[in-house]
Amino acid sequence: MMSDELKQANTSEAAVRSDFSLIASWVTPGARVLDLGCGDGSLFAHLRQTRQVTGYGIEISIEGVKACIANRVNVLQRDLEGGLADFADGSFDCVILSQTLQAMHRLEALIESMLRVGREAIVTFPNFGHWSHRWQILRGRMPVSESLPYQWYNTPNIHLCTVRDFDHFLEMRGYRVLARQVLAGDMPVTFLPNVLGQLALYRFQRSGT
Amino acid sequence: MVAQMDGVAHSAGAVVPQQVCFTAPLPLACGVTLDSFELAYETYGTLNSERSNAVLICHALNASHHVAGYYKDAPDNVGWWDNMVGPGKPLDTTRFFVVSVNNLGSCFGSSGPVSINPATGQPWGADFPLVTVEDWVDAQARLADYLGITRWAAVMGGSLGGMQTLCWATRYPERLAHGLVIASAPNLSAENIAFNEVARQAILSDPDFLDGHYARHGTRPRRGLRVARMLGHITYLSDEQMEAKFGRQLREGLKFSFAPEFQIESYLRHQGEKFAGYFDGNTYLRITKALDYFDPASAHDGDLSKAFEKARCAFLVISFTTDWRFPSARSREIMRALIDNRRDVSYAEIEAPHGHDAFLHDDAQYHATVRAYYERIAAELNEKEAA
Repeated sequence: MMSDELKQANTSEAAVRSDFSLIASWVTPGARVLDLGCGDGSLFAHLRQTRQVTGYGIEISIEGVKACIANRVNVLQRDLEGGLADFADGSFDCVILSQTLQAMHRLEALIESMLRVGREAIVTFPNFGHWSHRWQILRGRMPVSESLPYQWYNTPNIHLCTVRDFDHFLEMRGYRVLARQVLAGDMPVTFLPNVLGQLALYRFQRSGT
Repeated sequence: MVAQMDGVAHSAGAVVPQQVCFTAPLPLACGVTLDSFELAYETYGTLNSERSNAVLICHALNASHHVAGYYKDAPDNVGWWDNMVGPGKPLDTTRFFVVSVNNLGSCFGSSGPVSINPATGQPWGADFPLVTVEDWVDAQARLADYLGITRWAAVMGGSLGGMQTLCWATRYPERLAHGLVIASAPNLSAENIAFNEVARQAILSDPDFLDGHYARHGTRPRRGLRVARMLGHITYLSDEQMEAKFGRQLREGLKFSFAPEFQIESYLRHQGEKFAGYFDGNTYLRITKALDYFDPASAHDGDLSKAFEKARCAFLVISFTTDWRFPSARSREIMRALIDNRRDVSYAEIEAPHGHDAFLHDDAQYHATVRAYYERIAAELNEKEAA
């Protein structure tokens, strides 16, 4: 599946746009960026337009690769499960994993290598802790929502987590959070983000860097 | 223009090969200098007034300058990359001016073993020097000068043609905007060289080879060429494709003889026979040597990233999943070296069953990828024209 389908299925149009502009605000102008699971390259193209970034997108599907080429985004057709061995240590200012985390098998290793090849990481994911998901589980069913539109038997999402889970993960790993934002639709959520937030965005780095 | 209106791909039509003689000496890597040389080439489409829409196609081992279209007196002689180049094709000749050239040392009209040595008035034969990929690119640059093209919109090639593209990117970095490197490699592996050596031995050990001076004796090393082509052909196909196409099919049952019994045997013999009929032995020896010698990293202690330091163009690198002659891992070496140099590069690995030959096939995803890339180049040209 093209990571784009995953993304479009997981978020509404408005959320995609606010997602993009928030990420753009976290990227320094002229940064060297690697976008993992870049889909059709629209996030990268947005960052290039607004922040003059350079770099590459990585995409597994040929449909995404063709769309990136049409969007004039440098794209490398690779499977992220194979790691980031193509890239030298510290060769990017920022490595982005946008709404792809939940479908990755070797997630810990991937996040580790994101911070090997990049100074900073930006990770976004659908918040499993959203109240509608909790309510459906209470009623005894696996959640199906706007942000997680799949049935349990056909979902590509294997590593679902909540905002609190990810906070805990970063803390356990000793990563330093530079920024965190939770969105509902295209609105920021500050009150009960793990209950009301649909999409979580994190910007972090290794501590001591 | 018709192609753009109806969205249908057409043939480049009847084309006429051109011939040009260069009288300025060309120093070769082997130390020999050619006092003069000729190149055969073809063009398709129209060079724009800015001379900015030219694309050079580099050919591989046994191909020629006849890339697209057909000859008026030989309508069945269709160019070897006709599915790629033409009006409405992925490399659209209504938009681009496409140039293809027969490489030095080949046997289709450019100076080479079968052409006349001006010093003796006889065919060069075995006396034609060994040429390298760098020599070819130098000769191609002379053709670009002659055509008034200071900078190619793109240089493109598959297999050995991809190596020429890589060579262009580092030898004449300012003279191309894009390089399309398809089913290629940064150098040959030991296994690749081994296959080439067996092919050469087939020719060299043919009793009709006569130290390469067979033309003087009115003969040709046909047996050697046949075996060389049969061997080469095996490496161009994938196991699964050969299985699907031939399997263990027999022609007429087992005869307990060495006549061709399996379909694959008869296919290879047919391919070998056809090849021996039109290709030249001395040329085969030289082109396989040029392949073996190509190794841009060798001048940089084996560091391919250093070898690409001079490159300035943007790249599209394409490999095919079932290509075991130049596997995807080799294309990714190129990709990584370009990433190390922060070059603009896109890489696609096309799922295709056809092995190394996939780059010549009309595969929908492959062609759509190349088409998208040329549309990007065309858009860049449009913006430049508008500016």
